[in-house]
Amino acid sequence: MKRLDPTLLALFVALLALLVLGFLLPKWLFLLTLSLGKGLVVLGLLLLLRTGLVSFGQGLFYCLGAYAVGSLGQFFGIKDVLLLLLTGVAVGSSVAFLLGFLMAKYREIFFAMLSLAFSMILYGLLVRTAALGSTDGFNVAPPTLFGRPIGGEAHQYALFALACVVAFLTALMMHTYFKTVLGRLSPAIRDNEIRVEYMGASVRHAIHVKYVIAGALAGLGGALTAMTVGHIDPDLAYWTTSGEFIFVAILSGTGSVIAPFLGSLVFEIIRTYAYQYSPNTWQLVVGSALLLVIVFFPAGLWSVFGHLRRRGSA
Amino acid sequence: MTPILNAQGLCKKFGAVTAAWGISISVEPDTVVGLIGTNGAGKTTFVNMVTGYLKPDAGNIHFKGQDVTALHPRQITRLGICRSFQIPQLYDSLTVLENVVVALGIVLHNSKRSWWARSPKIVPAYGTPLMVAAEMMLDRFGLRSYRTSRARVLPEGVRKLLDIAMALAVKPEMLILDEPTSGVSTDEKFGIMDTVMSAARSEGVTVLFVEHDMEIVSRYSKRVIAFYEGRILADGAPAHVLGDPDVRKYVVGGQVAALSTSKETTRA
Repeated sequence: MKRLDPTLLALFVALLALLVLGFLLPKWLFLLTLSLGKGLVVLGLLLLLRTGLVSFGQGLFYCLGAYAVGSLGQFFGIKDVLLLLLTGVAVGSSVAFLLGFLMAKYREIFFAMLSLAFSMILYGLLVRTAALGSTDGFNVAPPTLFGRPIGGEAHQYALFALACVVAFLTALMMHTYFKTVLGRLSPAIRDNEIRVEYMGASVRHAIHVKYVIAGALAGLGGALTAMTVGHIDPDLAYWTTSGEFIFVAILSGTGSVIAPFLGSLVFEIIRTYAYQYSPNTWQLVVGSALLLVIVFFPAGLWSVFGHLRRRGSA
Repeated sequence: MTPILNAQGLCKKFGAVTAAWGISISVEPDTVVGLIGTNGAGKTTFVNMVTGYLKPDAGNIHFKGQDVTALHPRQITRLGICRSFQIPQLYDSLTVLENVVVALGIVLHNSKRSWWARSPKIVPAYGTPLMVAAEMMLDRFGLRSYRTSRARVLPEGVRKLLDIAMALAVKPEMLILDEPTSGVSTDEKFGIMDTVMSAARSEGVTVLFVEHDMEIVSRYSKRVIAFYEGRILADGAPAHVLGDPDVRKYVVGGQVAALSTSKETTRA
């Protein structure tokens, strides 16, 4: 008999556990949904990290996804949640496609700084655009699903459930993707571009495709965040937002497609409680938490499961 | 016979240093050519120009009748020339099996032009699914016992072999080896060359190899080309070239004397 893929099983369990958890803990719905949205962005970032590229500007696509959702609702009255999510993906991926022609030429610190520069350009533009609310941003109306309201105070669980399904399907797709030729090429490009080129594959083309996928995921995450929070502002493109995604990526580890969502949730919980109990020094708590993870689990939180599994099988 | 590779009048300068000056070489298919010369004689420069890493200042290179002078390395690879490196170019953080899987994945990508193919897909040149083809390659190159070792920790001889295995994975028509036995212990050298040459012979691959060890050169090549200061000093059958007084003086030095003694020992 063919053995069931453990990641597949874990994904199903995680989906069910989240749906039950959200039902039992309605006060946590906001935090859970937000983690899923940000987890999607981090999942895209992990794809780049596996390839040896650090994008310090995923906030660009995250913000674009969020503003696409906000603008469609504000100026065109489009509120269908599926259409809005698709728009987030479309905007994120098409902008990544255009920038990718330039980005794919750069590596290491130059890649990181260029991505940072692009996100700060968007930030600068939004801050000066009065029609989009300048620094204050604007509110995003709760979306609808097939004409029925979803999200907002009253229908928070429905939006959360949808976020769970979206995250589940995305993680499933990415898990499949990692087994494709292009997916397997990531660590190879990180290790040795010369060998990849001398096998007859184009590194630049591969990186371009990966950058577009990461952009699409960040756009999707941004769209989801906009609907969850109900408000958007230029800070979504600010460098601290992008830095936070890298922070969560390190916290999560590159071990599995579930890791970014777990890391994102842990991060949001730590931040929420740190903010609640020490409003002036919460960054210190968050920083210490990351330090502990780096010292004790250098491969990220996800490696805890690896340790447990090995102990279990031993 | 029409030559598979035809290089005419290749010149290359690096500042004041002339690495190649009017190099013309044509190679018949299905042969094994040894390239010899001291360091800086222009062997590797020639190899780098043929594989597209360097563009010659003058001259042109034709492969199977097609002008490849200005092509990018990956385009040349797709036309059928693949190479190994003096310092093995591997995916160090991946296991030996994963290295081969990535290589075969690229082969699959090149033939089907698809990034999205997965492991059950049949690799065209092999006629088996990707994973099966990968296991077959491990057996063929004697790498099975290193299957799950990371490339970073492999002994140098195994790294060389894996590097060459990955070059051969694309089923090239011409294989270029840059010092396949450098940095490898003497007893391992012949093992590596035997494995590689038998794999190349069974697939009818034309082999060009750069080598400093004259014993290896005389045993495996059908033709030897001696380089000296960016020019070709001698070109012909191994015995003829290695016996040439200029070659003995400028290229081989004391090695040939040692070689003839060792040959006598083997015969005895």
